[in-house]
Amino acid sequence: MKSYYGRQIVKTPVWRPDIPAYLFCGGLAAGSALLAAGADLTRRPALRRSGRLTALGAVAAGAAFLIHDLGRPARFHHMLRVVKPTSPMSIGTWTLTAFGPAAGLAAAAELTGVAPAAGRAAGLAAAGLAPALATYTAVLLADTAVPSWHEAYPQLPFAFAGSALASAAGAGLLAAPTAEAGPARRLAVAGAAMELAASHRLASTLGLTGEPYRSGRAGALLRASQALTAAGIAGAVLGGARRDSRRRRARLVSALSGAALLAAGALTRFGIFAAGVASTKDPRYTVVPQRARLEQSAADAGGGAGGRAPAGSADDERGAVGPGRDQLADDRVARDLPGDEEPA
Amino acid sequence: MSVAERMGFFTDTSICIGCKACEVACKEWNAIPTDGLDLLGMSFDNTGQLDANTWRHVAFVEQTHDGDLRWLMSSDVCKHCTHAACLDVCPTGSLFRTEFGTVVVQEDICNGCGYCVPACPYGVIDQRQGDGRAWKCTMCYDRIRAGGDGGRAGSGGGLMPACATACPTESIQYGPLDELRDRAARRLEQLHGEGVAQARLYGHDPADGVGGDGAFFLLLDDPEVYGLPPDPVVTTRDLPAMWRRAGLAALAMAAAVVASFVGGSS
Ligand code: SF4
Repeated sequence: MKSYYGRQIVKTPVWRPDIPAYLFCGGLAAGSALLAAGADLTRRPALRRSGRLTALGAVAAGAAFLIHDLGRPARFHHMLRVVKPTSPMSIGTWTLTAFGPAAGLAAAAELTGVAPAAGRAAGLAAAGLAPALATYTAVLLADTAVPSWHEAYPQLPFAFAGSALASAAGAGLLAAPTAEAGPARRLAVAGAAMELAASHRLASTLGLTGEPYRSGRAGALLRASQALTAAGIAGAVLGGARRDSRRRRARLVSALSGAALLAAGALTRFGIFAAGVASTKDPRYTVVPQRARLEQSAADAGGGAGGRAPAGSADDERGAVGPGRDQLADDRVARDLPGDEEPA
Repeated sequence: MSVAERMGFFTDTSICIGCKACEVACKEWNAIPTDGLDLLGMSFDNTGQLDANTWRHVAFVEQTHDGDLRWLMSSDVCKHCTHAACLDVCPTGSLFRTEFGTVVVQEDICNGCGYCVPACPYGVIDQRQGDGRAWKCTMCYDRIRAGGDGGRAGSGGGLMPACATACPTESIQYGPLDELRDRAARRLEQLHGEGVAQARLYGHDPADGVGGDGAFFLLLDDPEVYGLPPDPVVTTRDLPAMWRRAGLAALAMAAAVVASFVGGSS
């Protein structure tokens, strides 16, 4: 593969760790709002309470991370100048702007005991927005030139949706009493399974652009996440098995499993973020798939790709003498220079 | 807003002499801060790449064939894409399309969200350290507007962009995009006639992945040799498919929650 001194082509995202932290918080908030609404409708007050409070806490923390990451935080409200369907960040900002107050109202009703009907309506509204809040972030990452994010667009939303559910279920397992934790337990298993399946596909089906998900820091983070997720599933199942005997032990196992799932959710977000970053730093991930695409379309067009230059072969390189090349060849300076067509 | 002709750059790298007058003129006119002194050890290129503080970048490629050395020099710039990813993803409306068909950041609107930076398929736009906002080539929006006539060279009033004005070999040509495309096609024919088989145009084709570039190039080797992506595609082309996948995942999420509540006894 040729490159310009091995330098990267697309830019590395300038986002700081605030952004993966927001991805985790946003997912946790969305999953918790869903869990709280379900608990509300099925009369599980403790699970509802923990869900509503977690949703508010997580969405507030997430918004703080987002604003902190801006180059000009005081201008965060410029996001609200326009509604732009071509910008997932614009769509997401508006989703967050609707979700935040709804989650806030539901939590306020929970804490004060005032206006429970309004609290229920707000909680249901937040739950209605939650699936969008949990998955738009996958589109946000994929809608870039970052090779390992863009190519992963079919899988990322499922990884994020599953991770959001597993994290929220984890928080529910930590906070809610065993008697009400059944749905959180089942949701932990379902969400974790969705997340594991999606992250397995990320690492195994993407070809070259899947490599960053398997190697380096991103690979290590994702493997740690998978181990914790598996432990979390096991704990969620075991913690529910013996409700009557050894209730204390079951409670402890549930709480540990909840903590493992939360940690796994955070690791998943940081791992996926790191994989994208790694894929920008090596021009291979940009050039090789694009070259393959060009060669494919040239082959499809029966050899002659209209208007596109063919990949340079050794023969046509010889045919073309750049201006000034002949003079340069005799120049003393030229002999001192390391002439390397593909600098490492 | 009066709609002018679409203006562009045609950078003919076959006559670039690597003098970097464009880099300097651009920095001077646009009052761009320094990146500091840095020796990169890559031929005569100590700039490295386009970024927030470099809006023209001259690449120096050294190649040897059969003991002969040739230099490829090329002045890179924002492509002012027909389908510009930076503009598509900008959530504040800071990036906009001008009456000349160029893509410009409004510095009083940009809040430094950074989304345009990884969105650009060419790695052009960047966030300025210490300032926080995104910056890139404006095709000297202030200069070309000055005359009110689209800044056509020689037609009086409007100024050409600083880089094109400074370029001593007319490697950087500024003008109405249609004219530039015709001129480039003729130049390509001429070079092919002279036996320069490797000469090819880059970014000239309105059918390419970004709908054609407002700033396009004549190159003497594969684009990646100059640090350019060989087949860039505007990322938002796949946006409908991305939302469909997200919609499916959102449905799966809702279904999992419903199942968790109705599917058990506790
Ligand atoms: S080259 Fe990059 S910065 Fe320039 S218009 Fe295209 S997407 Fe935007």
